[in-house]
Amino acid sequence: MSVVPSPRPFSESSPLTRRIAAVVVVFYAVFTILPLAWIGATAFKSQADAIAYPPKVFFTPTLEGFVDLFTVQTHQSRDFIAKLPPPQTWYEKIARDRDMVIAGPSRVVERFLNSLIIGFGSTILATFLGTLAAYGFSRFRVPLADDLLFFILSTRMMPPIAVAVPIYMMYRWLGLYDTRIGMILLYTAVNVSLAVWLLKGFIDEIPREYEEAALVDGYTRLQAFRKVVLPQAVTGIAATAIFCLIFSWNEYAFNLLLTSSDAQTMPPFIPFIIGEGGQNWPAVAAATTLFLLPIVIFTIALRKHLLRGITFGAVRK
Amino acid sequence: MAEIRVERLHKEFQGFVAVQNSSFVVEDRSFFVMLGPSGCGKTTTLRMIAGLELPTDGRILLDGKDVTFKRASGRDIAFVFQLFALYPHMNVRRNIAFPLVSMGMKRAEVKTRVEEAARILRITDLLDRPVSGLSGGDRQRVALGRAIVRRPMAFMMDEPLGALDSELRDVMCGELRGLHDRLKATTVYVTHDQTEAMSLGDKIAVMSHGVIEQLGTPREVYDRPASVFVADFIGSPPMNLLTFNDSLEPGRGSVRVGQAEIGIPAPREALTKRDLILGVRPEHVRLSDGARLRGEVFGTEYLGTTQIVTITTAHGMAKARLAANLKVSIGDAVGLEFRPDRISLFDAGTGQAIRTALYDHAQAVEHAHV
Repeated sequence: MSVVPSPRPFSESSPLTRRIAAVVVVFYAVFTILPLAWIGATAFKSQADAIAYPPKVFFTPTLEGFVDLFTVQTHQSRDFIAKLPPPQTWYEKIARDRDMVIAGPSRVVERFLNSLIIGFGSTILATFLGTLAAYGFSRFRVPLADDLLFFILSTRMMPPIAVAVPIYMMYRWLGLYDTRIGMILLYTAVNVSLAVWLLKGFIDEIPREYEEAALVDGYTRLQAFRKVVLPQAVTGIAATAIFCLIFSWNEYAFNLLLTSSDAQTMPPFIPFIIGEGGQNWPAVAAATTLFLLPIVIFTIALRKHLLRGITFGAVRK
Repeated sequence: MAEIRVERLHKEFQGFVAVQNSSFVVEDRSFFVMLGPSGCGKTTTLRMIAGLELPTDGRILLDGKDVTFKRASGRDIAFVFQLFALYPHMNVRRNIAFPLVSMGMKRAEVKTRVEEAARILRITDLLDRPVSGLSGGDRQRVALGRAIVRRPMAFMMDEPLGALDSELRDVMCGELRGLHDRLKATTVYVTHDQTEAMSLGDKIAVMSHGVIEQLGTPREVYDRPASVFVADFIGSPPMNLLTFNDSLEPGRGSVRVGQAEIGIPAPREALTKRDLILGVRPEHVRLSDGARLRGEVFGTEYLGTTQIVTITTAHGMAKARLAANLKVSIGDAVGLEFRPDRISLFDAGTGQAIRTALYDHAQAVEHAHV
């Protein structure tokens, strides 16, 4: 790919200003990325290296953290381990070297799957409902539209945790406690207000003439929506989806309260990864690294849309 | 192709009357222009015919069939929007093909039809370009292509030249008329530009406040305005309107405007003494030292071949279109003479034209709205 110089720079700035700007940007980028890099590095440290003081920047990388994360182990005496048959796999060997015996897989895969299902499930549902509702509010004369929109927004005015106890009791009664569907519904309910408001802005900016043209061209309202409005709202939908996913992916408090085992996601799981004699920091770091990946991939995949999306359609022609 | 018949069409938006009991017929294969200032209800009428808006009352018949409440997609009408409404996520070819795809037409036939439409509009070389890079004129042609490709019963055009600069507008105006002459498609065209209306329309409906003030050929509308509104709206500069007070009798071929006795076409009705308005086009005004109607030159506007001279009189401002070489200076006291057979008379109370010999062959002096 060749780099085409833009015909007109955004602003005429001197080389010096630009160099200072570059330094500031690089400094800020390093500052922001440092904690993430440190977490990534810690994931490959041994427990001793992870808590060493002064902190170790250079260390021998090991997969101990990941092995600890994915397995349940028990501490055994040297004599007992010596009597066992030799380790069959590389991860058994890593455990045995520290006088540990792998008792079985941990529940991390299950937690991670829960995060994916609940996170993406609620994102898809919230974006889908939000798009339809936003289209309705944008295009049709809805009775009490302003009041309804305010009502939808008002669900976000109270800190969600303030209603945690009623929701807990309601979920118990409805049988939604500790279910994935319960968590998906809850996150959808929280996200849909954001989705409606964001998307209404985007759809308002799409001129009605496009749909009217499609209507006289022989299409039904729904076909016009699908073939003409949706392709033009893609930017807004992508931006909305990312915001929704970030919320439901990171949500901690409700998941902690409303699940016990089956529907637990990663955020409440990670702090309880405890090893021998305290917090197992490499395992926590390994979990955090894995936890970050889907959101990073999703955001990168949609970044083209996000960049245009966060300017709220201001750059539309 | 089809005839469009609109009967007592009425539209209210939350108490605001946009269109008031309009009735008219757009003849098959004719070019019908709705002309009026913004907010006069012309676009609303057009949208109701297309099915984008539902009327509060009245009926719309398309080719003899009642389509008043039929959805837009079922009417077989093409609509050209002011801002073209080309789908930005499709290229020119897909834009033009879009109405055909909805009909479930075979791909090969779609291709033939699209290329045929492109040939008619001379945009064949643009077919595979995205619409975002096109010039105003080309966008307009693509929008027309999308309309003609389906061979619909009628075309609706909502100020299709409004977004173009004036030079291009003249070119496209000629192209539109040429296209209509070739396709002979029933067309309803909305505009606020009287030049466009005059040069394009077979018939013009002049609208104001939701009411059709006059419906007629461009010539009728210009020569025999049915109301003060039409007289004042059509023409550049518009018709001169002088107020006076007199009575009318069928036998008497003149009226008294102040001190002056002014010849008029023979009235066809008798009116008691009342406030009247005399209307005369600037090109039918002459300066004459001997004339009894006096005025003072207020300003002149030089236009090359002619000049427009503005004169203040006791009965209102008058403009005269005079030869450019005539010497006139501001402040000159002048006499005014009008061409008697081209004078219109209006009742100041109702604003409607009074029947005279000039209006004998006019069809539309009676109210266009029932």
